[in-house]
Amino acid sequence: MKLSGSDILVKTLIEQGVDVVFGYPGGQVINIYDSLYKYQDEIQHVLTAHEQGAAHAADGYARATGRVGVVIATSGPGATNLVTGIATAYLDSVPLVAITGNVRTDQIGTDAFQEIDIAGITLPITKHNYVVDSVEELADTIREAFKIASSGRPGPVLVDIPKDIQVAKFDYVEQPKITKDAKSAASDAEIAKAAEIINEAERPFVYVGGGVLTSEATNEAIALADTIDAPIGCSFMGISAIPTDHPRYLGMQGMHGHFASSQSMHHADVIIALGARFNDRVTGNRAKFAKKSKIIHIDIDKAEIGKMGSMVNGVNGDIKLTLEKLIPLLKKTTKPEWQKQVDEFKVKEAARDDHRTTLGPKMAISTLNKYLSPNTPIATDVGQHQMWAAQYADFKTPRRFISSGGLGTMGYGMGGAIGAYFGTKEHTVLVTGDGSFGMCLNELATAVTNNVPLVILLLNNGVLGMVRQWQTLFFDKHYSNTVLDRKTDFVALTKAFGGDAARVDTVEELDKALEKAFSTNGVFLIDCAINKDEFVLPMLPPGGSMDDIIVKVGD
Amino acid sequence: MTKFNIAVLVRDKAGVLNRVTSMFRRRRFNIDSLTVSETETDKYSRITVTFSGEENTKDQLVAQLYKLPDVVKIKEFKPDESVSCELLLIKMKNDAASRDDISAAATAFKAKTVNYTKDAIILKVTGESKKIDEFIKLMRDYNILEICRTGVVSLEVGGETITKE
Ligand SMILES: Cc1ncc(C[n+]2csc(CCOP(=O)(O)OP(=O)(O)O)c2C)c(N)n1
Ligand SMILES: [Mg+2]
Repeated sequence: MKLSGSDILVKTLIEQGVDVVFGYPGGQVINIYDSLYKYQDEIQHVLTAHEQGAAHAADGYARATGRVGVVIATSGPGATNLVTGIATAYLDSVPLVAITGNVRTDQIGTDAFQEIDIAGITLPITKHNYVVDSVEELADTIREAFKIASSGRPGPVLVDIPKDIQVAKFDYVEQPKITKDAKSAASDAEIAKAAEIINEAERPFVYVGGGVLTSEATNEAIALADTIDAPIGCSFMGISAIPTDHPRYLGMQGMHGHFASSQSMHHADVIIALGARFNDRVTGNRAKFAKKSKIIHIDIDKAEIGKMGSMVNGVNGDIKLTLEKLIPLLKKTTKPEWQKQVDEFKVKEAARDDHRTTLGPKMAISTLNKYLSPNTPIATDVGQHQMWAAQYADFKTPRRFISSGGLGTMGYGMGGAIGAYFGTKEHTVLVTGDGSFGMCLNELATAVTNNVPLVILLLNNGVLGMVRQWQTLFFDKHYSNTVLDRKTDFVALTKAFGGDAARVDTVEELDKALEKAFSTNGVFLIDCAINKDEFVLPMLPPGGSMDDIIVKVGD
Repeated sequence: MTKFNIAVLVRDKAGVLNRVTSMFRRRRFNIDSLTVSETETDKYSRITVTFSGEENTKDQLVAQLYKLPDVVKIKEFKPDESVSCELLLIKMKNDAASRDDISAAATAFKAKTVNYTKDAIILKVTGESKKIDEFIKLMRDYNILEICRTGVVSLEVGGETITKE
């Protein structure tokens, strides 16, 4: 059957199991939108307020489900509006297929109206990208894009489709859903070496990264820790891979990590890193990082293992498959002395914890926790509120923390939350800040129009809190351009978009508002007052080591 | 610092060279020379890259290259298991004072005179990079007008090929 390129595109998306795409129409994708109209019973299109929101939504969908998220935008400004979204997905290894229209093939290179070299622009922020040259290649290119986006270490792939290719006709033959590249365990030699080191460990630490989510290796990671009696910590990207209430779990570590988690990692003699990058936000000063410990790094991306140089024992393979082979080689042990030391760290952490019962960051997130179901996705924006959510929110199910880690994209939250909702159909939460929300609040329109059950907890401190925190600590309190002092009435604003909202100043009010929010089948924003001088603690100063950790800010 | 020489077999598609060099730039790999050429099949092109660095820089470069879907195969060449050569074209000012010296050097290096006018002499030298470096160094004593060199191309000695394990 001969179909137009745009029909072939949509048919191929359906064939690949796509049930929802996010996007925004325009001149160079109008044919694609006509095909989406034609096949609307088989594939849903969610119109956002801005292409960036659509890209983040596709990303949020992918993070929450593990499936490929799809976003569509027109050429020129539509395509460039995707860039932040694509980069966000790239740095967090999120499988995404971005489809852009472009001017006719014969106009490419002439600076035609809304022509932009989006393949060139996205070269360093995609796993791969394509400009489709002929309608004959279109379906296979889309299939290959899905394969690359979802195989190995996932990431975004862009497919740019010139207008004439969307119009041209060709035979479409349906094919089965692509299978990802086969995963494999690491080599026996690497596994044996790792087992040898682990069996000699006295103070092992299991460090869980985002790769554990991708590899769906939660049970294996816990089994590893159980076998060798190790505590578990995670990177920011690893949050939700281990249930928050798991007895071995110490929480996130790194710049704003839990004290016990960071200390345990610091004092460990063997760190077993599972799908985690040793990002500067994790290590602080690399030269001083984990100097006394041996590191075993299990990762599917060989290039990631190499980045740390020779101090690491690389184990290059899929985490789940590798752990399945590794665990039987390990001696089952208990390490009471190490556990005692870890318990002491926990006691110290508890003593330093925020024990206030008034409405502060910890109380806000703890109160939110009471209303979560085990499957609730929690999206965030970027800033202090994000770190508070990372530190205090409860997770029971993998893939429920939807947050931009590597790029730290303010404005990610609304799109991310909307996408997570479409992926899970769960009442969704967004924890945002007044600054970040200002970057993405246009997507309130999308959430309201699509009846997204969404609780927005806006931690409103009136400042760009995270930057202000640095200014307080490292720039002599020169609060340059971080005091927002805006007159925005977030309650009225949300209502203007068609949602509901409440302002809260106390824990009791927050409690009541949350109850109402979770029983509202739509958007409910809670404008929650937070003091501007709250800090995210502990804090490992940039480039510092564990000895420089700030646990309390002196008055 | 070690000198490395690797060949990268890539799918022969528009923009592939751009992908490779863009990755080098973004990850700050410092390349000494890079040549692109046809191969025995029109499906693939071959990029030969030479660079200096530490062993782990090379491992990182190779691992990052393998992440590009258009990269099919990578082969590292050790000097004693491969033949390498490049080609130099060098244009010297032709004047009475230096003509004889240039000509003597050219003979010693088996350089060929490929063009001769009253203003300039163009010489062609082929061989390993070291030989070409040395020839250029010699010529610096005279008046060099222009230099163009191709960068290194290499093949493994014996019956092995990049596509054969
Ligand atoms: C797009 C973008 N611009 C700038 C920044 C730098 N930045 C990081 S956190 C932050 C402040 C965020 O303020 P807000 O959303 O109010 O969160 P808070 O820290 O106050 O909780 C800024 C400006 C960023 N991460 N992303
Ligand atoms: Mg703020």
